[in-house]
Amino acid sequence: MIPGSYFLVLSFVLFALGVAAFFIKRDLITMFMAVEVMLNSANLAFLTFAKSSSALDGQVIVFFVITVAAAEAAVGLAIVLVVFRQKKSIRCDDLDLMKG
Amino acid sequence: MTEVFWVAPFIPGLSALVLFLFGRLFSRKWIAAQACLSVLASFSISLLAFLGLLAAGKGAAPVVRGLFSWIVSGSFEARAAFSFDPLAAIMSLVVTGVGFLIHLYSVGYMSEDRSLARFFGFLNLFTFFMLVLVLASNVILMFVGWEGVGLCSYLLIGFWFEKPSAAAASKKAFLVNRIGDAAFLFGTFLVLATVGSGEFRELAASVTGGGFPAGIATLAAVLFFIGATAKSAQVPLHVWLPDAMEGPTPVSALIHAATMVTAGVYMICRMSPLFAFSETASLVVALTGAVTAVFAATMALTENDIKRVLAYSTISQIGYMFIGCGVGAYSAGMFHLFAHAFFKSLLFLAAGSVIHALAGEQDLRKMGGLRRRLPRTFPPFLVGAAAIAGLPFFSGFFSKDAILSQAFAQHLYIVWIIGLATAVLTAFYVFRLVFLVFYGRYRMHLETWSRIRESPLIMTVPLAVLAFFAVAAGYIGLPAVLGAKANLFGRFLSPVFTNVPGSVPGPGTEWILMLLSVGAAFMGVAAAYILYVKNPLAPLVLISKLPVLYSVVNRKYYVDEAYEAVFVRPLVRGGEIILEHFDRRILDGVLNGATAATGVTGNRVGLLQTGLIKEYALAFLIGAVLFIGFLLI
Repeated sequence: MIPGSYFLVLSFVLFALGVAAFFIKRDLITMFMAVEVMLNSANLAFLTFAKSSSALDGQVIVFFVITVAAAEAAVGLAIVLVVFRQKKSIRCDDLDLMKG
Repeated sequence: MTEVFWVAPFIPGLSALVLFLFGRLFSRKWIAAQACLSVLASFSISLLAFLGLLAAGKGAAPVVRGLFSWIVSGSFEARAAFSFDPLAAIMSLVVTGVGFLIHLYSVGYMSEDRSLARFFGFLNLFTFFMLVLVLASNVILMFVGWEGVGLCSYLLIGFWFEKPSAAAASKKAFLVNRIGDAAFLFGTFLVLATVGSGEFRELAASVTGGGFPAGIATLAAVLFFIGATAKSAQVPLHVWLPDAMEGPTPVSALIHAATMVTAGVYMICRMSPLFAFSETASLVVALTGAVTAVFAATMALTENDIKRVLAYSTISQIGYMFIGCGVGAYSAGMFHLFAHAFFKSLLFLAAGSVIHALAGEQDLRKMGGLRRRLPRTFPPFLVGAAAIAGLPFFSGFFSKDAILSQAFAQHLYIVWIIGLATAVLTAFYVFRLVFLVFYGRYRMHLETWSRIRESPLIMTVPLAVLAFFAVAAGYIGLPAVLGAKANLFGRFLSPVFTNVPGSVPGPGTEWILMLLSVGAAFMGVAAAYILYVKNPLAPLVLISKLPVLYSVVNRKYYVDEAYEAVFVRPLVRGGEIILEHFDRRILDGVLNGATAATGVTGNRVGLLQTGLIKEYALAFLIGAVLFIGFLLI
């Protein structure tokens, strides 16, 4: 039986990697992937706590998160596609239309 | 029969409403017919109510008809209620009777105007408000009518609003009337505070019962009188009436001669107990009337616009009515109002017929010799002129004489002398008008002469009817020395004017006064004949001999100029100063400062908005870290 703390550490590491990747990488697709990593690290933490407290709430939330992530991926990728058609680039530094 | 009287105002009122809402859907004939018939119906009802009042005899109480409770506040209640007594009967007969004839005449006069529905709508609305004013049983409802007729006057003076002079004249009339309306309101407040009710009957009871302190009564009466000077164009608020001639001629006849401008006289008669109680106020009324009468008469001497001459004569004649009220001869004042309504609207309508025939020409210097071209306009005009000049056997003679003999009997000799002098001037200027318009040679191009056409029958028939009344109206108010049937008018009104000291000059004095009046009238006519028929060059010689006097009179004693300098220009200048320093600097400064501050702040804060996802995410991250840190600590 692997102790719950291992999963938590893994979850934290994954989340840190996601954050780091989000800030380091420039193209939108990779940044998306970083977001997915962060979401899934959170899922892992939820499952860990659900298991240890033997309640179902955490597992239910994970299902919600997966659903939202799927929807987000669909919408996000569509946006990236449109942006690419318009700008011929998916570098996030090129996108500053909302500059005040 | 009398009880139906309260319907009278609402028929023209309803007609006006229909014309305003659906006027553009109706044909011109329908509009004219509806407007005329509504006033005719109103007249029939007034006549019916009047006959009922006659049948009821002398002791009958006024018929009161409450409509609804209007203002209730604590123990105070103002009802919307009409009351019908001899005074209201006479006035409503004049308003609807003369009004109907003028409506008829307008059908011909306005036959080529584009906005017929608007015109008749306003005219009907005026009849409604005037009847509200006349029938109101309390001072508050009277004020509604008072304001309403002022509004209609404004709308109708400015009926041809595309003319700048008409627009300016309507504004002037409205603004001058505001002064009087403010005074009227203050008078109303005083009465309400003292009596606790605006009902005329309770006011009369309070005054005769001694519930009214003398000082307050005088103040209230003078305030009401200031209201009357504005509405009835008396000195010093007379300046708006001559300009009001910019309106269509039927309007001048109905509103600015026969009815609305005499509302001030009617109001004073309505409140006669209050005025009779305050001798000071009565003296003010009589003196103002006398000054106005002679002032306006001199202004009419040199005027060259046919309608303006008549406007000045209206001011002057209303001055006579105020003399009557001021010396306590209210029924004589009302009698002159009654007679004046006929002969002055007759003169206006006849002048309108002349103007109509000359395609809008109003300048006396461009007329002359028209009696051959206008055979149906000339005789009525001559009758009207004779009536206003006070030639014997015409109505103006009897009504003017009644006032002057009363002034004499009250020992107000100065007022009497002024009145007599005014009679000379009146006869002179009105026959100057007759001679300049209808006698002598035509003073314009001969080619226009052949284009002059007599007005249609729908205009000249009302003239004939009015001419009949301009003579006949005098015979219901014969002076006491002329037989037992004398002064039917005064006896009919006597229940209204109860507490008035009635002193009548002796028969000998009365005959002498009458002869003096006749002499005055003929003197004026003779002078006009000598100057304008016998010797047409004499007026020019006179002008060149007396240039200063002429220009002073011709410029109306510079009253307009003085008001311009004393009131209008300082107001405009003050407005400009306030505009410059307060509006532009302070108000606009605050507003501009606020917008500028918002703009600057926005620009600065906007720098945070880089549009780059990375920076937003960083801010989010820092925020989240801080938040979690805060939770942990």
